[in-house]
Amino acid sequence: MSDLKAKLGLNVFKPLPSPHIRIRPGMERDPRLKAAVRACPAGLYAEGADGVITLTIDGCLECGTCRIACGTAVLEWGYPEGGGGIQYRFG
Amino acid sequence: MPESSAKGRQKSCLPDGAGSAKRRLERKNQFFIRLFMEKFDVIVVGAGLAGLAAAWTLAGEGVEVVVLERGDYPGAKNVSGGRLYLNPVRDLFPGLWDEAPLERAIVREGASLMARNRSVTFHYTGSELRSDTPQSFSVLRSKFDRWFSERVEERGGMILAKTLVTDLLHENGRVCGVVAGGDELRADVVVACDGVLSLIPERAGLRAPGRPHDYAVGIKEVIQLDRNRINDRFNVADGEGAAHLYAGDITKGLFGGGFLYTNAESVSLGLVVSIEDIAREAAAGDAPSLFEAFKARPEIEPLIRGGQTVEYGAHVIPEGGYRSLSRLAGDGILVAGDSAGFALNLGFTVRGMEYALASGYYAAKAVIEAKKAGRYDAATLAVYRQSLEESFVLHDFQTFKDTPQVLANPHLFGHYPELIGNLMRDLYTVPAGPKSPIFTTLRRHLTLGELWTMLMDAKGVTKI
Repeated sequence: MSDLKAKLGLNVFKPLPSPHIRIRPGMERDPRLKAAVRACPAGLYAEGADGVITLTIDGCLECGTCRIACGTAVLEWGYPEGGGGIQYRFG
Repeated sequence: MPESSAKGRQKSCLPDGAGSAKRRLERKNQFFIRLFMEKFDVIVVGAGLAGLAAAWTLAGEGVEVVVLERGDYPGAKNVSGGRLYLNPVRDLFPGLWDEAPLERAIVREGASLMARNRSVTFHYTGSELRSDTPQSFSVLRSKFDRWFSERVEERGGMILAKTLVTDLLHENGRVCGVVAGGDELRADVVVACDGVLSLIPERAGLRAPGRPHDYAVGIKEVIQLDRNRINDRFNVADGEGAAHLYAGDITKGLFGGGFLYTNAESVSLGLVVSIEDIAREAAAGDAPSLFEAFKARPEIEPLIRGGQTVEYGAHVIPEGGYRSLSRLAGDGILVAGDSAGFALNLGFTVRGMEYALASGYYAAKAVIEAKKAGRYDAATLAVYRQSLEESFVLHDFQTFKDTPQVLANPHLFGHYPELIGNLMRDLYTVPAGPKSPIFTTLRRHLTLGELWTMLMDAKGVTKI
């Protein structure tokens, strides 16, 4: 996991005023979110021992995998405001 | 007359640079007034290949066009595996390719079946790949798209970066503009090139949200490597490159595969896996771990040894083919590129960029027709679909409409790589004792049951 953090550290990110993706309130234990724990390329979703799934938005690659995998019933999903978030230099 | 002489005088008083700066400023002011207070001819959402292709074509015909891009610069949000096939699109963009920042012409193709502990590889090269007009190039999108956007600006197209489109404007049931950064921007027609998630067409009611079955996630590292090392390791010369695809155990039996493309001074190494499969199959582990395991394979590690990873990216890829395309036109709106679902995986070739370029081009042509007619309703814009049907774009999607189902056969990602790997192992092994006859070795692996499975799978293969 630390390898992944180091790799994300190679990317250029611009700060976001607020998270552009949120788990909808009350949905933190929804089984649909487990898909994102496995599929997120940045490993930003984690499941705690209590079954609660959390999302850390820092390092988001804005790929959209979680929106497709989990759906908008459990995720409030948007792109960051213009000029924010990841800025690919190679792409 | 006095007006023109005043202009002439003014021009002669100012040095050339200042004059052109002033003209640029005036043009910019006029642009902002038109865009924010009046109405634009065409708003393109997204400066990817589809959006830039549309804008390049429109601007070339003198149509007023602005591209709204959420990234800091065009290309800042764009990730591709990294291979562009030029043949289908070369003539649609005359004069564009000579100076284009393409990485390397692909002159060597490779494919590997990856079993758990072994792999079988073949290479292909041919004189046609080394011709004066190579069929494909590796590309890095942040570099290429930024350059392409400058060519659009040269032709008079406008690019507005750092601008996120959040919604569409409607009037009498038709799209008449967008909401971006809280501002309402009006246009005769909106061309949605907003990328694979297709949020704008979703807003327009042209499609439902994407289903996991129809998408894969691609994960990629750009690994910097000395130019000469690339030449030596991949058996190519300066300007020449290699492309290699991998399938099998690297996705733990899930739909997907790996790729490696050589760039001028880096390597793009990636892994693609079905979102539906990775979400469902806990045993396969998570996507980042699959990628790490792929990278550590003895077939891969020596190729990137000593390289420096400089970027870690990911992108969703449409995999549904013809059946999961979006509706392509509505009243006041067209859809192109990934946003329409224009990507096609044929196993040996995985294509998206040339469909994006071509669909952007044909969308622009449809807009030009509509402008002549003075109507932008869905019926008038339907010429877009017709021209795509006549072009390679929808021809290909129709030809290969059954391919996604055939390629989804899990045997291709587990059973066959193991079978062929084991067969090769036994053919190559020299045991301490006597070696079995080759036919016995073949029959040990290719049993009747096995041949029956192959026959059944081959029935599907006739559809591709």
